[in-house]
Amino acid sequence: MMIEFLTPLAGGLLIGSAALATLFFLGRIAGVSGIVWGAISHQADNSWRWLFLLGLLAGPFFYHQLANAPYPTPSPLSWSYVLIGGLLVGFGVKMGSGCTSGHGVCGMGRLSVRSLVATLTFVGTGIVTVFIVRHVM
Amino acid sequence: MKGIVALICGLAFGIGLALSGMTDTAKVLGFLDLFGTWVPDLMFVLGGAVAVTVIGFRFVLPRGQPLLGSKFYLPTNAGIDGQLLLGAGLFGVGWGIYGYCPGPALSALVYLDMKTFGFVAAMFAGMALAHATTNFKILPPFLQTGR
Repeated sequence: MMIEFLTPLAGGLLIGSAALATLFFLGRIAGVSGIVWGAISHQADNSWRWLFLLGLLAGPFFYHQLANAPYPTPSPLSWSYVLIGGLLVGFGVKMGSGCTSGHGVCGMGRLSVRSLVATLTFVGTGIVTVFIVRHVM
Repeated sequence: MKGIVALICGLAFGIGLALSGMTDTAKVLGFLDLFGTWVPDLMFVLGGAVAVTVIGFRFVLPRGQPLLGSKFYLPTNAGIDGQLLLGAGLFGVGWGIYGYCPGPALSALVYLDMKTFGFVAAMFAGMALAHATTNFKILPPFLQTGR
């Protein structure tokens, strides 16, 4: 247990450092839903978004290769979970103007009350949803 | 130069997601399963990330401008409205159903699991749908913020 939390903590510190560097060098918020929406909706000054996303995909690839870490076990959940989950995540982050990285990591970093409320809301409904799916349904 | 920096930032972010277990839906759902066999990992991920941004942003933002640009692009809407609450609420439901939020879902594409491609496609469809509903004002007034 003492060692087990070090890996997620290191991952979190790396995520935070990446978000900090994105703001420090580029002046941008490292919110993935905002970056990906900007990229596919052809917003101005867009090349940084595509390169960030390229890194976002290449990062795990190199990590698993170089650290010789196995890929996570594929989800056993059925396609209805895949599609309904994906649809709700996409709809929700667009309507709510951010996801775990934008509101959670960067917004809370800016001490934004709006982002704190958003983060508490999606963690809250996430917990309720898992409770219903795993323990009620 | 900006492009190289963006690529490196994305790389570090992606490595962080994989290292932390965010690309593993079982760990994410385990974290949200507060009333079952709780997996605390994500608490350390978010805690570690927010600790860095809370401290780091305090030094970066007062500089007035980024190193490689003329201005900080920060959200201007600080209000808490119906769109924020409904959007964040629905996002959390989707997150709890499958276990991916947008970043990890995109990162996990490199594992080449067909379901992840399906999730990302559905996620794009959901974004487009939300964009359309907020633009065409078909939502009830309390959910419109005039964006």
